[in-house]
Amino acid sequence: MSLRYTAPAVVLHWLIAGLIFIAFPLGVYMSDLPLSPTRLQLYSYHKWIGISVLLLVGLRIVWRLTHRPPALPDDLPRWQRAASHAVHGLLYLLILAVPLTGWLMSSAKGFQTVWFGVLPLPDLVEKNRELGQVLGNAHQFLNYLLLALVILHVVAALKHHFHERRPFLQRMGLGK
Amino acid sequence: MMLKSLTLLAALTLAPAAHAIEYRSVVPAQSRIGFEFEQMGVKIPGHFRRFTAQMAFDPAKPQSAQATLEIDLASIDAGSPEADEESAGKLWFNRTAFPKARFVSSQVRALGNNRFELRGTLMLKGKARPMVIPVSFVPGKTTAFFDGSFVLKRLDFGIGEGMWADVETVANEVTVKFRIAATGK
Repeated sequence: MSLRYTAPAVVLHWLIAGLIFIAFPLGVYMSDLPLSPTRLQLYSYHKWIGISVLLLVGLRIVWRLTHRPPALPDDLPRWQRAASHAVHGLLYLLILAVPLTGWLMSSAKGFQTVWFGVLPLPDLVEKNRELGQVLGNAHQFLNYLLLALVILHVVAALKHHFHERRPFLQRMGLGK
Repeated sequence: MMLKSLTLLAALTLAPAAHAIEYRSVVPAQSRIGFEFEQMGVKIPGHFRRFTAQMAFDPAKPQSAQATLEIDLASIDAGSPEADEESAGKLWFNRTAFPKARFVSSQVRALGNNRFELRGTLMLKGKARPMVIPVSFVPGKTTAFFDGSFVLKRLDFGIGEGMWADVETVANEVTVKFRIAATGK
């Protein structure tokens, strides 16, 4: 069995990671801006990226359900094995939930999401200011949870690769 | 009772014209002035909660019809509390200097099939611009409706100046959609 993820999984992983790496700081920055054309533009870009992530993570989950990921090294302690599965499961869940809560929040606040300014997406809920607030808080909370898990994910991968000298980064297409 | 019905029937039959009603009283609760504009390709609906209107409309004599409408710009719902607040500022309505929008009709022309063309002047933010507004007349038992929609260009009135003049972010075209309910006798 291969020790690497297949090419589609690798491409999806890095595409999604790259988009999140843009959308997250963008979200933090834009929400503190006073109302201006720039703010409206940045909000749109943020939403377009978010919907793109939602689409890509959907593909990624389809991949995951139809493929087995490369096996972890046999000598990896059991608790680390369990932690790895838990973190990966939560990452998939959060990468779905974060854009979904963003889309829901946008609907509740009365702004339809129009992907790239071209494709109007259905509003998932009716306009409702209180619900918009709740969803906004949920979106923010899930984002920080995602940030914490991403840090854990990266630190663990780097620790396995550099400290334990196992070929971990190769699993996700880096190096030979 | 029977006699009453007969009298009413006689009155109806003898009335000179069935539609000699002149609509003069606007019913605000059944009227609505809404608008829609595009922001980054997203349609944003809004409306005004308070306005007053005077009108006189006799379907038999549309050419002598008159309408005046005054909108309290502070009653705007522009889609979000931030937008409502922003719209009051100098770059938008400059509401301290120009608290109201006003429309005064000058001419009404019948187009047939209960459709009319209303011409008049819209005064907004100190600027007066001529408008041609298509109106559909929807007769009812006691209340009639005047429905219409038209597109105005916000920059014609200096609505959204400075950084907001960029129509790529907030479109220049604003679709105004209204329904004015009126009763008459």
